[in-house]
Amino acid sequence: MKTFRIGGIHPAENKFSAGQQIKTAALPKQAVIPLAHYIGTPSEAVVKRGDLVKVGQLIGQANGFISANVHSSVSGKVSKIDVQLDASGYKRPAVFIEVDGDDWLETIDRSRDIKRECALSKEEIIEKIKSAGIVGLGGATFPAHVKLMPPPGKKAGVLIINAVECESYLTCDHQLMMEHGEEILIGVTILMKALQVERAIIGVENNKKDAIHHLKKLAANLKGIEVEALKVRYPQGGEKQLIDALIRRQVPSGKIPVEVGAVVQNVATTYAIYEAVQKNKPMIDRVMTITGKDAPNPGNYRVRLGTYLSSVVEEAGGVPAGTGKIVGGGPMMGRSLMNLNIPMAKGSSGVVFLRDEESIRKPVQNCIRCTKCVTVCPMGLEPYLLMAQSERNMWPEMEADRVMDCIECGSCSYTCPSNRPLLDYIRFGKSTVGGIIRSRTAK
Amino acid sequence: MEKLIISPAPHIHSGDSVSKNMTGVIIAMIPALLASLYFFGLGALIVTLTAVAACMLFELLIQKYILKGPVTILDGSAAVTGILLAFNLPSNLPIWMIIVGALVAIGVAKMSFGGLGNNPFNPALVGRVFLLISFPVDMTTWPVVAPLTMNYLDAETGATVLGILKEGSASLPAIKDMVIGNIPGSIGEVSAIALLIGLAYMLFRKIITWHIPVSILLTVALFAGILYAVDPETYASPLVHLFSGGLMLGAIFMATDYVTSPMTFRGMWIYGVGIGLLTVIIRTWGAYPEGVSFAILIMNGFTPLINFYVKPKRFGEKPNKA
Amino acid sequence: MLPDLDQIVFIKAMNVVLISLLTLGVIGAVAAMILFVVAKKFHVFEDPRIDEVEAALPAANCGGCGFPGCRGFADACVKSDELGDLFCPVGGNDTMAKVAAILGKTAVVQAQKVAVVRCDGTCEHRPRLNEYDGVKHCFIAHNLYSGETNCSWGCLGFGDCEISCEFDAIKVNPETMIPEVDDAKCTACGACVRACPKLLIELRKKGPKGKRIYVGCRNEDKGHITKKACDVGCIGCAKCFKVCPHEAITVANSLAFINDDICKLCRKCVEVCPTNAIKEINFPPRKPKVEPVAETIEA
Repeated sequence: MKTFRIGGIHPAENKFSAGQQIKTAALPKQAVIPLAHYIGTPSEAVVKRGDLVKVGQLIGQANGFISANVHSSVSGKVSKIDVQLDASGYKRPAVFIEVDGDDWLETIDRSRDIKRECALSKEEIIEKIKSAGIVGLGGATFPAHVKLMPPPGKKAGVLIINAVECESYLTCDHQLMMEHGEEILIGVTILMKALQVERAIIGVENNKKDAIHHLKKLAANLKGIEVEALKVRYPQGGEKQLIDALIRRQVPSGKIPVEVGAVVQNVATTYAIYEAVQKNKPMIDRVMTITGKDAPNPGNYRVRLGTYLSSVVEEAGGVPAGTGKIVGGGPMMGRSLMNLNIPMAKGSSGVVFLRDEESIRKPVQNCIRCTKCVTVCPMGLEPYLLMAQSERNMWPEMEADRVMDCIECGSCSYTCPSNRPLLDYIRFGKSTVGGIIRSRTAK
Repeated sequence: MEKLIISPAPHIHSGDSVSKNMTGVIIAMIPALLASLYFFGLGALIVTLTAVAACMLFELLIQKYILKGPVTILDGSAAVTGILLAFNLPSNLPIWMIIVGALVAIGVAKMSFGGLGNNPFNPALVGRVFLLISFPVDMTTWPVVAPLTMNYLDAETGATVLGILKEGSASLPAIKDMVIGNIPGSIGEVSAIALLIGLAYMLFRKIITWHIPVSILLTVALFAGILYAVDPETYASPLVHLFSGGLMLGAIFMATDYVTSPMTFRGMWIYGVGIGLLTVIIRTWGAYPEGVSFAILIMNGFTPLINFYVKPKRFGEKPNKA
Repeated sequence: MLPDLDQIVFIKAMNVVLISLLTLGVIGAVAAMILFVVAKKFHVFEDPRIDEVEAALPAANCGGCGFPGCRGFADACVKSDELGDLFCPVGGNDTMAKVAAILGKTAVVQAQKVAVVRCDGTCEHRPRLNEYDGVKHCFIAHNLYSGETNCSWGCLGFGDCEISCEFDAIKVNPETMIPEVDDAKCTACGACVRACPKLLIELRKKGPKGKRIYVGCRNEDKGHITKKACDVGCIGCAKCFKVCPHEAITVANSLAFINDDICKLCRKCVEVCPTNAIKEINFPPRKPKVEPVAETIEA
C-alpha cells in the first residue's frame, strides 16, 4: 500500500465520531462572520449596520488575489461591523448579524436532487468558485480558485483529492464521503474540467475502508477518476506528502505542487465546489467534528459559519468534565482555544476535548540525540538542530538547514522522548527567517 | 481544570520517554546478562551489581552535591552505563577497580560534560579503556568458562580468541562455541546469540534502527573476508572476527548509544563503516588484540563532524520520475 | 689512557644536552624569523585612537549604541566626521565627553534615559483567564496567541526582557508577573526594548532625580474592551489630554501618550486619570493639601 517516503508517525486514531450521521446544527441567534482567514488579506465589508441580509448574500468582498469572498450564512439584520477575538486572542474584523428567520437567496438551489450535468466553461467554473468564496477546508483556508489558476507556463497533469484526514479524532471528511460521495465525484469532474486534466486520484487512508469501497463503486463508471487506499500515516494530508504518496513525485523546496504537475484539493472543498457550481450555494456552512475521549456525543455537525462554537458544543452535549484543553482542529496541528466564544470560521474542522492529564506537557529533559525527530520528519529536516539554532538566534544557519521547508506537522515534538518543545522553537525560527527572507527580497 | 490550557501544537504526545528507552535497552541486555551469569557464575553477578550500583551512586552524588540540580538516576541511563561497563570487564576483576571504572565513566566521561545527552564519548567505554590502560594485566586476564561457578577472584583464567590469534599460542575454539559464548572473555561479550536476541528486541521496539549494527558487522565481515581471501594463513576468517571479542557487544549496544552516534542514516553508515574498518585494522595490525572499544571511541570523536557535514535526505531532493 | 666509565657517561650525557639545546635553539630561531616576517608582511594599520576610545568606553559590549560591541562603536567614532548621533547610552554624557576630547570632536549632549515598562497589568489588575503551557518565553507565547489575559497588548510575563538585560536591571516580579526596572542599574542600552515582542518597553528621559511620568499602558482597543480586560488600562478618555497645560499629551487609537520632551512633570494628568493608568515615579508622597483638588476632579 502506498504512502509517502520520508518520515511520518502513527498517532492513536481515536476516531470516536466515525460513522455518526451528519447532524444539522440549530440556527444561531446571532452570527458573527469573520472577514479574515488565517491566510490571505481580510475581505472588505460591503454591508453596513442596519442592512437586511439573506442567506448567501455577499457581505465581504475579496481584497486582492489571495483573498476570498465572504457570504452571509444567515438571514437577518446587520447589527454591527466590529472586531471579534479569533482563536489566537487577537481582534479580527467581523460582521455581526442578528438572525431573523431563514430566508435564502432565490438563486440558490436548495433541493436535495443531485445535479450531474455541468455545461459551464473552464473560466465560468473558476469564476463561480471564486465568487462563492470557497477556500481550502483542510485547515489552511487557502482560496480554492487560486490553485485552479496555475502560474503561466505551468500545466497541471493530475488532480489529487485529499481525502486522507490523517489527523486523529477528526471524522468530518470521512462522513461527508459516506453521505455525499456522488456529489463529491461530480465536484471532482468539475475540477478536472476547470484544470483541463484527464486524471484525478482520490487518496483515502486505509482506516476508512467503507469510504474507499463506497467511492470506488461510485467511480467505477467515471473516466479518469481513481480511488487509492493509502497506508495510515501522519502527516499524509500534507499536500507535498500526499503528492509523493500518490504519484511518487516530490515537490522541490520552496515550490508549489503544480511544479510537479499536480493540483491538490481537499475532499470537503470539492463538495463545496459542487454546491457552488451546481447549486449556486456559496460557502456558508461546513461539516465539523465535535469529539473527545469523554465527549458525551461525539459526532459530525453541519454548522453555519459565524455560529459561536459554544452553541454548537452545547448542542453536542457540552464540554465534558475534566477537560483541560479544547483544541480547534485536529490535535496535531490545531490551535488550543482560550474559550468557546469564537465564531465558526471556514477552516474550523473540529473541536476536540482533551482530558486534564493529556493537556499538560511533561517536563523537558536533555536532548539524548536519539535521532527520532530526524527519523520522523516528513521533510527530511533535523528538528533537534533547528531548535538549538532557534534558541541561539542562528537565523542564517537555520535558513541553510532549510527551516522554511518545515510544514509544522508536529511529528518531531510528538515523538521526542525528552518532551522537548521542538516545534515551538522551530515555528518561531521559521517566522523570523521568513521575515528576514521577505525583507531581503523586498530590497 | 479551572483554566483552559493553551499551548502550541501538537497537543498530543507519543508517550515515549527517556526512561522507557533506557528500560528497553536494559531488557535487551537481559539475555546477554543471563548468559554471562551461566558461563561465569558468581563473578559475573558481583561485577555487574557493583558496576550498576557504583554508576547510579556516583550519578546521584554528583547530581545532588556537585551540580545541585535535579536528580535523574531513575531514568535508567546510569544503570545502562553500569551494565555496559560490567559487560566489558572480566568476571574476576576486583571490586575496587570496578568502582574506579564507574567513577571515570560517570564522573569524567558523562557528568563533567553536562550529564545525559552532552557526553561526546560513550561513558562505559571510557571507563573500560581507562581501566584497560591503567590495569592492563587485570583487564586482560580472562576467566575460562565454568558454568555457574562460585569462584570469583580466584577463577581459572585462559586466553581469548583474539589473544590466541595475536599470540598464536593455541588452537581456536569452534565457531559454535563462539556463537553460544562458551569462550573466555568479558562478561557480556561472549555470547553472540544472546546479544543478537537483544538486537532483535531493540529493533522490534524501535529503540534503535538497524543502520549502525548492520553497517559495522557488514564492514567487518567484508574487510576481514577480503584479508582472509588474500592470505588465509596470516589472517583470521571473517566468522572468527564476527563472533569473537567485543564486536557484537560493541556493534549492538555500545556503538548504538544515542548520544554519541550520528543523527542521520547516511551518517550512521559512515560511522558504522568507520568502526568496522578501524576494528579490523587494530585487531590485525595493532598492539592490542581487541580494537572495538578504541574504534568506537575514535568514531565517537568524529560524530560531531559527521553531523555537521552529513544531512538527511531532504524532501524534494530525489529525482522525480516523469 | 682509557677514560673511566663515569667519564664516558658524562660525555654522552653532555652530548644529549648539547644536541637538545641546539635543536631547540634552531627551531626557536626559525620560528621567530617566520613570525617576524609574517607580522611585518601582514601588518594592518589601525588607528591608535580606536584603542584609546575603546579604553574610555564602559566595555559592556551591550550593543546599545547600535554597533557590535564597544570596539565597533570606537571604530565608528574615529571614522565619522562628527559624533552627531553616535552615543553610548551606558556611559552617558561623561563618556561621550571623554571620547570627544580624545578625538577633538564635539559630543552632542543627550538627556539620560531609562527603560520604562508600559504595562501594569498585574495579576490583581488583570485576571489570568487561561494557562499557558508552552515554552516559557515571551517570543514563543507571542508567536502563538495574545496571552493569558483578555488584554492582547499587555505583558506576557515570561521575562524575555530579564534574559536580555546584561546589567541585571530589569526583573520580573514573581508576584505581579510584571517586569520592574532598577533605575540605578539601567543603562538605557535598549536590549529589553528589542526583546519585548509586545513592544511594551520604551526608553524615556530619566528626568530630574529620576522623576518621570508615563502612560503605563499600550492597549489600543476601545475603552470598553480595555476596561473589561484590565483595571489599570488606558481607555482613551482624553481627560489627561484636556488637563495638560503644556500640550504634552496626545491621544490616538484610544491610547494616551506623554511626550517626555515637553512634559514638565506637573502631575495634573496623574490626578485626573480615572483608571490610574498614568504612572509617576520617584516623586515625593503628595502633600495632604493637594488631595482635595484631586477629589473635586474625581467627583
